[in-house]
Amino acid sequence: MTEETIESQRAAGYNEKIDLVVNARHYVLNIGYGPGEVDPAHTLSFTLRDTLGLKGVKVSCDRGACGACTVLLDGKAVPSCMLLTIECGGKEITTIEGLRDEKTGSLDPVQQSFIDHGVFQCGFCTPGMIMSAKALLDENPSPTHEEIREALSGNFCRCISHYQAVEAVSALSSRGR
Amino acid sequence: MNTMAQTYRYIGKATPRRDGVRVVTGGALFVDDLDFDNLLYGKVLRSPHPHAIIKKIDSGRAQRLDGIKAVLTWKNIPDWKFGNPRIFRLLDRKVRYTGDAVALVAGESAEIADEASRLIEVDYEVLPAVFDDYEALRPGAPRLYDELPGNVLPPGDPFLGPTPLTQIVAGDVEKGLLEADFIVEGKCGYDNIPNPMPIESPRAVALWEEAGAGRDRVTVWVSNQAPYLMKLILSSIFGGRVEVRVIGGPCGGSFGSKIMSWRPICFAVALSKTTRRPVKVVYSKEEHLAAFVLRPASRLDIKVGMKRDGTVTAIAGDWLIGTGSHSQTTQAQVAVGCGEAMIAVRCKNWNVKPTIVCTNRAPSGIVRGFGGQELKCALFPILSRCMAELEIDPVDFIKKNFVKPGEGYLWRDGRWYDYRGIDFSQMMDKGAEVFGWKGKWKGWLKPTAVEGSKRTGVGVGVHGNADIGEDVSEAYVRLDGDGRALVYSCLAEHGTGQKNNAVKAAAEVLQIPLESVSITPGDTMITPFEFGPFGSRGTYAILTAVIKAAEEARKKLFELAAPLLGSDVSDLDTADGVIWVKANPEKRIRWQRVLFQRTILGHGRFEPDYSLSNCLMTFVEMEVDADTGKIGLLRVVNATDVGRIIDPQGLRGQLNGCLGTAGIDSAIFEETIVDPSTGRMLNANMIDYKWRTSCDLPPIENVVLETPFPTHRFHAAGVGEITTSAGPSAVLMAASNAVGVWLDSYPVTPDKVLKAVRNQELRIKKNEDISPL
Repeated sequence: MTEETIESQRAAGYNEKIDLVVNARHYVLNIGYGPGEVDPAHTLSFTLRDTLGLKGVKVSCDRGACGACTVLLDGKAVPSCMLLTIECGGKEITTIEGLRDEKTGSLDPVQQSFIDHGVFQCGFCTPGMIMSAKALLDENPSPTHEEIREALSGNFCRCISHYQAVEAVSALSSRGR
Repeated sequence: MNTMAQTYRYIGKATPRRDGVRVVTGGALFVDDLDFDNLLYGKVLRSPHPHAIIKKIDSGRAQRLDGIKAVLTWKNIPDWKFGNPRIFRLLDRKVRYTGDAVALVAGESAEIADEASRLIEVDYEVLPAVFDDYEALRPGAPRLYDELPGNVLPPGDPFLGPTPLTQIVAGDVEKGLLEADFIVEGKCGYDNIPNPMPIESPRAVALWEEAGAGRDRVTVWVSNQAPYLMKLILSSIFGGRVEVRVIGGPCGGSFGSKIMSWRPICFAVALSKTTRRPVKVVYSKEEHLAAFVLRPASRLDIKVGMKRDGTVTAIAGDWLIGTGSHSQTTQAQVAVGCGEAMIAVRCKNWNVKPTIVCTNRAPSGIVRGFGGQELKCALFPILSRCMAELEIDPVDFIKKNFVKPGEGYLWRDGRWYDYRGIDFSQMMDKGAEVFGWKGKWKGWLKPTAVEGSKRTGVGVGVHGNADIGEDVSEAYVRLDGDGRALVYSCLAEHGTGQKNNAVKAAAEVLQIPLESVSITPGDTMITPFEFGPFGSRGTYAILTAVIKAAEEARKKLFELAAPLLGSDVSDLDTADGVIWVKANPEKRIRWQRVLFQRTILGHGRFEPDYSLSNCLMTFVEMEVDADTGKIGLLRVVNATDVGRIIDPQGLRGQLNGCLGTAGIDSAIFEETIVDPSTGRMLNANMIDYKWRTSCDLPPIENVVLETPFPTHRFHAAGVGEITTSAGPSAVLMAASNAVGVWLDSYPVTPDKVLKAVRNQELRIKKNEDISPL
């Protein structure tokens, strides 16, 4: 949708909107160029971070290479910097903020396992890596080491906490068996 | 010193990171995650030319764009200078590398600022550029600075003292060469500029305010490991009239590099000074890789003399260090590098002359390894040639020549230090044993195994650094009436768990639950001086300051309690918030009663001590396919001796970090590729700059010995920095042995392997042709 189209629609009192379900909460956002609106050029990572304030979504390369911005889109792990928000209408999105049980406050088993196995050092890549691990375990409750390595291969961790990550996910995998 | 049993309550135990829940829930707030009212976004316009004069710059159109609050160019930016010597301007009329900053824009959104930066019209007079370090030294080479004839930086970093180390000169080289059984003249470079590439790019938020009474105050929120050092750096740039406050929260990796963030920080500060609003500058990954600081390039051209028993009789020659467009720290890196070479290689006769040269590539800065990795990665392949001729096993060579008690070295301040640390021989033996060195080492240029076109080979490297006790740390420990303790230390968590360890150390001294100890944010307005976790100083230097502060607080507590218990201070002991008389534990009193409406503050200070070194040895096994050139890392064994493990999880993290952050992988595939005609970086993104993924992790075994360091309260010393440094030369050695040809160019990419294999085949063929048997 061009800027002119949006402007003319606005003038006619019509606002294009987009529906998103983020961390089980329903959002209806205006498409537009103003504050709090979704610019058609906005990436999903930008909308999650800057419009919805979900700062657990980290952005590093902003080009789909590093996995820091990984979120679940209808259950699949995706780099949110490579999607335009306007493409995500009607989708269900889970970010790192959505893993913890809202009522009990207890951590998701993946989060707890990352703490128990000391998986992070600087911690910047951790939310993205946890989301990749979560997507894997949701799809395959008992992955092998190889499958875990494969699932985490899109998550850049410069401190090299991958060894511990494989152990952390593997611990959950055997539990699932 | 308080005598303590060898069993500890917390030291050496796995204790979960205190920030764990925040990290795994997305609640750890990095600089870009902080909320600011009225925030502006800063963007940098960068030069498309490697060397040019800005003839004309017109920012009119950019300034008129709606939402733009400031545009700064060399004409209206504060004349803040930095570097060694202090000749580098924040923005200059001249640009000196492709990606150098030309103008700054502050706007209401990042998009607007970006758009405005593209509306700035610049008229360049393009100048000839020079990218090769040797070319830059030639007469008539393009000159980067009027102040630097021949593009050579003056030697010596005044920060290191009145007589900083600028070269390695000792004994009599001519005599030493005469004593040698074999002399090799060789060249080797560690000049592929591997990038430490922390995941989080450089960034900062700055707010410039009037503080009243004619003073100005600037607060910066930074991403680096040393907020207090950053404050000193910034204060020296802005001058004493400006009060500088630096706040360091979680840092998404640094590996040394981000302490050289003065430029992005000053961009934010200059824009805030103009707008009086908070300004955020976040480098894109491309800016991070192509326009931020890089590792200096190192090229060694030396002569080495060696005896049959592995005694090195002389090392002499030139060390050329390419520092790109500028640097603040290269002279210091040279000083530390020289000292580290002396620690690793015992030799009586030295004459190594470093020259630091500027070229039109991105500037250099600090990278893990700090000069020593740069020098040693070039030195060991040359030493290897000598060892090969004399058929010396490199493990024996390292064991013989690494510094031992009773020996010594020149250090960065130009002074000689008698080494009073531990002997690492036992650790070296243990490492070799775990790796299975004796069975795998078949001799120089001999593969460990051959199966079809696949050949395996082994290699070993070593690194040690007398930085474990470098520079000053200070800390306070406050005891409160509620039985809690607060550690004041200017630490920003950058991945090593240093804040955790500071808490652990205080809890150990005070014998109170970990949950009863807190630590301040890394905020220079709150804490005393802390140089920061550089090198491997975290355990020996930083923790010592915390330990001393806790001990002083404990002593003051006893001084208050003694009269209440009717005993002497020396008769008291404490644990879990209770003080008792050692001879009569029934006589006891709670901290709360002693500290009723009172706090106690202990102060700890660590003074530099350069007489100790750490040591790490890396063994690698490589597989090379002689048909395809494919090269793979099969196995890594790291061996070290840390005196006493403080935090097993953190130590494991540091040791496993030997691969990336410009470590072992800098010898296999990591490199920065610069277009030699434009100076443009061709792989300034995370797809073309290669990094190891989780699919390609070799087995790593870490052999950790605990031989007590007598001079530390917990007998411990760190190894954090050096885990990357021993590996690269080990990879070259292993690959050479696998292929049977010397490979001495980093990284050993498949094309280099294939070229070497073909050359060897040609040579064999030629030899057959001319000398038929």
